[in-house]
Amino acid sequence: MIRFTWLQFRAQAAVAFGALAVIAIALVATGPHLAHLYATTVADCSVHGDCAAATTAFASKDRLLQDLGNVLIALPALVGIFWGAPLVARELEARTERLVWAQGVTRSRWVLVKLGFVGLASAGGAGLLSLMFTWWSSPFDRVNIDRFTSVFDQRDIVPIGYTVFAFALGVAAGVVIRRTLPAMATTLGVFAAARVGFTQWARPHLITPLRVLSPLHLTSGMTYNSVNNGPLTLVGAKPGAWVYSAAVVNKAGHPVASTFLDHGACLQSRAAPACIGQLRELLVYQPASRYWAFQWYEMAIFLGLALVLAGFCFWWVRERLG
Amino acid sequence: MTQVISTHEVGKRYGHKWALRDCTLSVPEGKVVGLVGPNGAGKSTLLHLAVGLLTPSAGTIDVLGASPTEGSKQLSKVGFVAQDAPVYAGLSVAQHLRMGAYLNATWDHRFAESRVGQLDLDPRQRAGSLSGGQRAQLALTIAVAKRPELLILDEPVASMDPLARREFLQSLMEIVAHGGVSVLLSSHLIGDLERVCDYLIILARSRVQLAGEVTDLLATHWRLSGPRRDPSSLAADQVVIEESHTDKQTTLLVRTEQAVLDPTWTIKPVTLDDLVLAYLSNPPRPERPALGAGQSSRRPDLGVVR
Repeated sequence: MIRFTWLQFRAQAAVAFGALAVIAIALVATGPHLAHLYATTVADCSVHGDCAAATTAFASKDRLLQDLGNVLIALPALVGIFWGAPLVARELEARTERLVWAQGVTRSRWVLVKLGFVGLASAGGAGLLSLMFTWWSSPFDRVNIDRFTSVFDQRDIVPIGYTVFAFALGVAAGVVIRRTLPAMATTLGVFAAARVGFTQWARPHLITPLRVLSPLHLTSGMTYNSVNNGPLTLVGAKPGAWVYSAAVVNKAGHPVASTFLDHGACLQSRAAPACIGQLRELLVYQPASRYWAFQWYEMAIFLGLALVLAGFCFWWVRERLG
Repeated sequence: MTQVISTHEVGKRYGHKWALRDCTLSVPEGKVVGLVGPNGAGKSTLLHLAVGLLTPSAGTIDVLGASPTEGSKQLSKVGFVAQDAPVYAGLSVAQHLRMGAYLNATWDHRFAESRVGQLDLDPRQRAGSLSGGQRAQLALTIAVAKRPELLILDEPVASMDPLARREFLQSLMEIVAHGGVSVLLSSHLIGDLERVCDYLIILARSRVQLAGEVTDLLATHWRLSGPRRDPSSLAADQVVIEESHTDKQTTLLVRTEQAVLDPTWTIKPVTLDDLVLAYLSNPPRPERPALGAGQSSRRPDLGVVR
């Protein structure tokens, strides 16, 4: 059954892994150059002087980064649409299930091998692409240290979870809807909703954030911010951490309004210990050290969902198709 | 007589609609059995139940002494060509044979390749570009090369032109001549099957209307014509299947084990075509007593042949 699955799947696999090879060549061709550029401009910028300019100049070379990041965002959806949704639906649509289920392999084995084989190929492809991309973009990631919010879902292991989930989702849509195109559309819609929903509402609650109240201590790279004269907040606190909120509060713990800035130029001067001494910073955040915990949790959750969907497909093919 | 298929009140329901209901029948071993019935009689449903593509909603079905959904051992004993002979449009003829080899432990690759050669099929040709007749031949090759004990074909020649139809049935007869396989094939037209079948089952509205050896059926059915008379005055062993009357004349199709001795009748043999049509257009309807109680007792349901 594995050999037959490969016989059916190899054309699709060739397209996908061919594209992967092209991307790999592009990354290998440009990666060492990027690393060299980083080493010569940013890494020893303090020697030459202007670090900010060097960083900005380096970060502006990220066009390919944006494009490949988008590929990595789209990859799971593509796998779900083009590998998952047609896997069973196309058989049902062309009525070829009446041919293959009459061979000497039980339907359970048929669906298990198909799910397992193509599912593993999905995980492998996503893993490879993410690994290559994470390696290639590491110089940028050292400049742009905001790993939690902007690039979290394009790096390391979470793309594997997304991809396997999208694949299982596609298969499930296919077995229930029984027609390829509607199954593809459903896969895209549900997958996008699941990803956005998870990022918005689930990911922030995976681990309880730290809540730290400490004397206000401004370091370089931190500024104040206030929207429409609202409460005063800090920008740039805890580099590399995922900051949920960074409020400036007074001794009583109440937020300080932005109008506070106007009184006696207390904050602008940065030279008024008495003034600043009244203030505290209240940070709610996930420290940078939790990055891998978030990666593992999120991947495990999506893989778990994929497993549930695969079980559903197995049951549906066995019990409901016929 | 050993049975390759026997069902007991088997039924399949989709939602509230029964595609097949209370169907009890037997298919004898070592024969080429024609399953004939109008469209919608439940033939495909019955065949799909027999190969395990469907599971019954009610009743039991037993194929080669086991449940059709028993497992891969059971699957390898039954060859199936579904209606319209589905094949993978994107795979070549040779790849279809490889599929057969990969998926069937009992696969006879030498047979499959030589048959493809005989049929003049290009092994590299994609199955999607085969003609309907070639596709059916390919599907038949796959079904036979797994060396099944029972071969089931669902409307194998329905969509073929007369030439392809003759060639297909010729192939089928060659396969049967090699022996060792029982065949069950369905059709809504007996004309398709007349040349190959030696046993006939007529199915209408999920019910077996008639089942028996073709030679026996032809030897026990007669068309009687003579002066107009009441069919109820016939001898007790003569069962009226179909009757038609004009002012002066009565024509009957009767089933009887005995010779018809009444000299007022002109007696003619029936063709298989006449016989099937008579049973299909006059099915016994136990749910409709309007036909008269006497009628139904004279027309026993011939469903079960053991």
